[in-house]
Amino acid sequence: MRRLSWFNTVSLTLGFAFLYIPMIILVIYSFNAGKLVTVWTGFSTKWYGELFQNEAFLNAAWVTLKVAVISSTFATVLGTMAAYVMVRGGRFYGRTLFSGMIYAPLVMPEVITGLSLLLLFIAIGLDRGTLTIVLAHTTFSMCYVSVVVSSRLVTFDRSLEEAALDLGCTPFDAFKSVTLPIIAPAVISGWLLAFTLSLDDLVIASFTSGPSSTTLPIKIFSAVRLGVSPEINALSSIMIGIVAFGVITTSLMSKRAITRRQAEENKAVQ
Amino acid sequence: MAETAPISADFAPWEAPDAKPIIQFKNVTKRFGDFTAIDDLTIDIFPQEFFSLLGPSGCGKTTMMRMLAGFESPTEGTILLDGQDIAPVPPNKRAVNMMFQSYALFPHLSVSDNIAFGLKRDGLSKDKIADRVEEMLKLVQLSQFASRKPHQISGGQRQRVALARSLAKAPKLLLLDEPLGALDKKLRQETQFELMDIQEKTGTTFVIVTHDQEEAMTVSSRVAVMDHGKIIQVATPQQIYEEPNSVYVADFIGDVNIIRGTAKRADGDHVHITFAADHAPLIAATKRDIAEGSEVALAIRPEKIAISTEKPEDRNNAIQGKVLDIAYLGNISTYHVELPGGAVVKAQTANTRRVHRRSFTWDDSVWLSWTDTAGAVLVE
Ligand SMILES: Nc1ncnc2c1ncn2[C@@H]1O[C@H](COP(=O)(O)OP(=O)(O)OP(=O)(O)O)[C@@H](O)[C@H]1O
Ligand SMILES: [Mg+2]
Repeated sequence: MRRLSWFNTVSLTLGFAFLYIPMIILVIYSFNAGKLVTVWTGFSTKWYGELFQNEAFLNAAWVTLKVAVISSTFATVLGTMAAYVMVRGGRFYGRTLFSGMIYAPLVMPEVITGLSLLLLFIAIGLDRGTLTIVLAHTTFSMCYVSVVVSSRLVTFDRSLEEAALDLGCTPFDAFKSVTLPIIAPAVISGWLLAFTLSLDDLVIASFTSGPSSTTLPIKIFSAVRLGVSPEINALSSIMIGIVAFGVITTSLMSKRAITRRQAEENKAVQ
Repeated sequence: MAETAPISADFAPWEAPDAKPIIQFKNVTKRFGDFTAIDDLTIDIFPQEFFSLLGPSGCGKTTMMRMLAGFESPTEGTILLDGQDIAPVPPNKRAVNMMFQSYALFPHLSVSDNIAFGLKRDGLSKDKIADRVEEMLKLVQLSQFASRKPHQISGGQRQRVALARSLAKAPKLLLLDEPLGALDKKLRQETQFELMDIQEKTGTTFVIVTHDQEEAMTVSSRVAVMDHGKIIQVATPQQIYEEPNSVYVADFIGDVNIIRGTAKRADGDHVHITFAADHAPLIAATKRDIAEGSEVALAIRPEKIAISTEKPEDRNNAIQGKVLDIAYLGNISTYHVELPGGAVVKAQTANTRRVHRRSFTWDDSVWLSWTDTAGAVLVE
């Protein structure tokens, strides 16, 4: 490994400090004993204890988790299917248009996505609640999944599927028993990505949630408007932990597993 | 089914007028964009044949196989399997198995699961599958690697797994795309004999692509020599070697001397070929109808040319030349002899004596001679 020059060291330190100091402060203050957020009075975990007594927060956490699990699962199924058709479907009519349209939501401002979904739900008379958040999250995270999965499929050796067909598989059987196991790491990282996206989404959720179903980010946001409490610091720290876990696992998985699989596959096809 | 030895001397369904072909290509053309990979190809392949496709890289061998397996469809023309048009039949419904040139082993499955893959799709019982896998592993000598993953075995071993996987289902028609290329000579010969044995026992029809002429010669009932999407000649190995229909085929299979000249009809089925102004014409027998004065090429295999110090009296063709080079190949030696006109002809002799006792060496003046039936007269 090369040592960095002093200039690069400084840039790196500054950049990362800029990124992480706010979060580090937040995590540190979540262990503050005092009630004031900005004055350190001693170490304590009591705010974590109080947090777990708070019905409203726990409720919101439960809704968030439910929404994240369900929506990321749907998004993974839909996103994988979309990616498969885009990469494997050959040059069908309108393919370029479709693949462009799949990626459009990635760059669409969330406010617009949220608003349009809200209008849709009102138009079809769907009451806002957990279901609408799930639908909304599925919608916007499936394109992330399809990006992750299609980048894997592009490097997937087509002749493996042909071999499966040749040996008597139906196309669906071939997908299930050959393609899916091989692209599984990408599918799982897609799921984790969708899960994290759903977990920390505020904008779209605030358009599509109802009074009965507040997600954690919404809860935090509205609580903060009444003043920051150490309890919220504790909650945020937990969320940072979960998201960090998700992100790190995703990137590790996609990096390790995909490079390994590719090496295996390259070897298997010589 | 009657017991028949498929590649016996009298196995020649392509000559029988009432034999039913298993595969028929009828004016098949395959284009990729505006590139023509298969060009108006018509060929019949018969049950129990061991049919070899031979040709330079990119001539369309794999494309032919992929059309049979169902991964490409002809741009024009039809392919019949057992008299049925196969165009509407998807790959998984064809009684055809293919061994891929790239092996296409499933990286997430062990060697034995790879081999069992197709058997499981047939709904066989567990015991039957296990027995068959066992049998296949033994056949390709990979029993001790059964539980390894494809990336944990060598290239030649992977090739054998791919072969075993395609053989496992014992299909009616087997397509093998360079099945033995990565194997060493000994293993290759063993596997060739195994394949011929399987073929004999099961009566499976084999279509195989190979770059190894010797292999094509050993195993095939017929060989098709291809070039640029066309079949140039289809014939038994012996015919291909002894009676090539073109310079291309003669040159592609084995070593050959091509002597070009002008033909002049002589008595019976002989022609006289004038190849140099100051030399008596060569005499060659041919059944072809050669037009008077046409440009022809005489193709003679090096081993059909004798080399001697004295002019032989019993052979119709004799030319004097000078030894330019000697290539010692162990069992045989090839002499490169320069003719008066500057052309170089190769002659081969078996090394029945020790090398230091051979009778001619570099720069010696020698006589090359051959009979009038030794070469093939080809029109271009
Ligand atoms: N999918 C495709 N798209 C465009 N061109 C193709 C495609 N598949 C094959 N070709 C072209 O068709 C020609 C024949 O290819 P094919 O794979 O049949 O050759 P081959 O005889 O098997 O060669 P090799 O001995 O190298 O395997 C080649 O020139 C190749 O570039
Ligand atoms: Mg090929």
